[in-house]
Amino acid sequence: MLHMAALKTSTDGDRARMASVALSDADRPVTRMVPQPDPLRHLIEVVQVEKIFGDPTNGHKALEAINVSIEEKEFFTLLGPSGCGKTTLLRMIAGFEHPTTGEIRLQGRDVASLPPRTRPVNMVFQNYALFPHLTVAQNVAFGLEMLNWKKPDIAARVNETLALVKLDTFRQRKPAQLSGGQQQRVALARALAPRPQVLLLDEPLSALDLKLRREMQFELKRLQRETGITFVLVTHDQEEALAMSDRLAVMNTGRIQQIGTPEEIYDNPANRFVADFIGEANLIPGAALGRNASVVIAVRPERVALASPDMPARLRGVVDSATFLGSDTLMEVTVPSGRVRARIRGAARLAPGTEVGLAWPADAERELAD
Amino acid sequence: MIKLRPVFWLLLPAVGVIFVFGAIPLLISLVYSFLTANPYGGVAMPPTFSSYVQMLFDQDFDGSLVFMPDYIWIAVRSLYLALLTTMLSLAVGFPVAWYIVCQSPNRRKVLLTLVSLPFWINTLIRTYCWILILRDEGLINGFLKWLGIIQHPLPLLYNQGAILLGLVYTFLPFMVLPIYATLERLDPRLIEAAYDLYANRWQLFRRVIWPLTKPGIAAGTVLVFAPALGAFLQPDLLGGGKQLLIGSLIEMQFTSSRNWPFGAALSMLVTFAVLVALAWQSRRSKAGAEARA
Repeated sequence: MLHMAALKTSTDGDRARMASVALSDADRPVTRMVPQPDPLRHLIEVVQVEKIFGDPTNGHKALEAINVSIEEKEFFTLLGPSGCGKTTLLRMIAGFEHPTTGEIRLQGRDVASLPPRTRPVNMVFQNYALFPHLTVAQNVAFGLEMLNWKKPDIAARVNETLALVKLDTFRQRKPAQLSGGQQQRVALARALAPRPQVLLLDEPLSALDLKLRREMQFELKRLQRETGITFVLVTHDQEEALAMSDRLAVMNTGRIQQIGTPEEIYDNPANRFVADFIGEANLIPGAALGRNASVVIAVRPERVALASPDMPARLRGVVDSATFLGSDTLMEVTVPSGRVRARIRGAARLAPGTEVGLAWPADAERELAD
Repeated sequence: MIKLRPVFWLLLPAVGVIFVFGAIPLLISLVYSFLTANPYGGVAMPPTFSSYVQMLFDQDFDGSLVFMPDYIWIAVRSLYLALLTTMLSLAVGFPVAWYIVCQSPNRRKVLLTLVSLPFWINTLIRTYCWILILRDEGLINGFLKWLGIIQHPLPLLYNQGAILLGLVYTFLPFMVLPIYATLERLDPRLIEAAYDLYANRWQLFRRVIWPLTKPGIAAGTVLVFAPALGAFLQPDLLGGGKQLLIGSLIEMQFTSSRNWPFGAALSMLVTFAVLVALAWQSRRSKAGAEARA
């Protein structure tokens, strides 16, 4: 029911917002404001974007050759270690940064040089950035007031959005009177109230404790389902990214390493960085397995088993430690090329120093260029 | 015996200074304002209310009291000038503070030093410099004459404009510094959030920056208003003493007029006005604190 209500009113809201956007840059034709379903057109297209901070010739290159397309109603994640450029890319979609070269298209039109207030995109900031002098309800109403909505419409939308994030009883509180999780919900409500086409989330869960983070992961998925808004999330937490995303882009040192569904990326990492960053992976030099020396073989620990008559050993080594975890046993084995981790089903009580053979099925390994 | 916390001993020097140099002189003034004037300076017995009566009434030849608004006009004029000074300082000081906050940390330091640099030079000397700049043969008039734009010097000195200029010039740092302090603490992401939520520049200022810097604005307002109300140097030197202001009037009572009780009573009036302003400020900053809480 809630879902239906949200969708119904969102069309009215869209019209109001588009009218105001059209007013603010009147030089562009109004026709582009009408959303036309176009299966060939992506909602967001980032085309050959490069960002250099400081001097264009020898400044710091934050992003390089970025190409991403994000679809309507998608939950898309930018994943990478800190300093990889994921936040810069998100801030470009929001309009806080402008690319040095390249295009950022929103529904087919290049918005790369437009200011944030002209984009139907809203952001949930890392530490929420709630207005401390305004109540919860006033915070949520802020965007609608700036769009010159009528008072009764604002009240209705604020109520509806606060109900959506389950904060109806806190409308008169100030942000400082709320817990971190509640502030997070206010930040979500504030950004969702104008029903943007894209919701950007900058490490939204990083300030929450583990239990609350799990809870909010479900909440975010639910909100995305119920509103039908495209979510673009930035995180450095690979578990979070795998659990929530429809698709994700793994980034490192200003470049996109791989784009795909969580399953694709987990099962078929494109390179050494992705294999190492997503989940756990044993990276074994090709030479150690009698292959080409220029490649690395990636094997997930859970696919490694002890050698048996029907699965001959691919590597031999000495047990370093074997930790019984209940359902599995985590083994660290020293092999000539380094160390291999194996997660073996059931109990395998092997004393340190025991010689073992390690094996895995052929489909468990991925050959990566070093 | 009550055990005092270390905080007490740390506060003691400050409290001592405030008591000796603030509270005691104020109490002496309060007592003096209820005494009789000694024609040779100083005060004498008996206690009387005549100094306060004198503010509103003049004694006629036959000893009856006649209403005389002269002193009220002086007070009103002083109030008006102090308020105008405060508003002009705010209008100039806010953009200056904003500009400084927007600079790199190193440039901020330089600019803040520049703002507080005038404190290193005596106010009297700085005010005399304005005379050199503004007088008929001064810097501005001389330059304009040299350019041939004017034949006769512009009347820049010895008017209310000159007083206002002197007051704003002297007290501007007291407005800039507290506003700078609040602006510096403003989270820049709030500005981004406002822009992200479709605010334009004016809406950003009106709805986010102004409410969040109110405590600094209120502090600056009081810091400028209080000394501007009691100032006598700028009105005397730049106004030429043509228009009497309450600061000059008080100064006169202790020097040429030798009416210490009346001077003390007028001081009490100024103190009262400043207290009202302080009460307003504390209400303002309390509202600000609640907004932040």
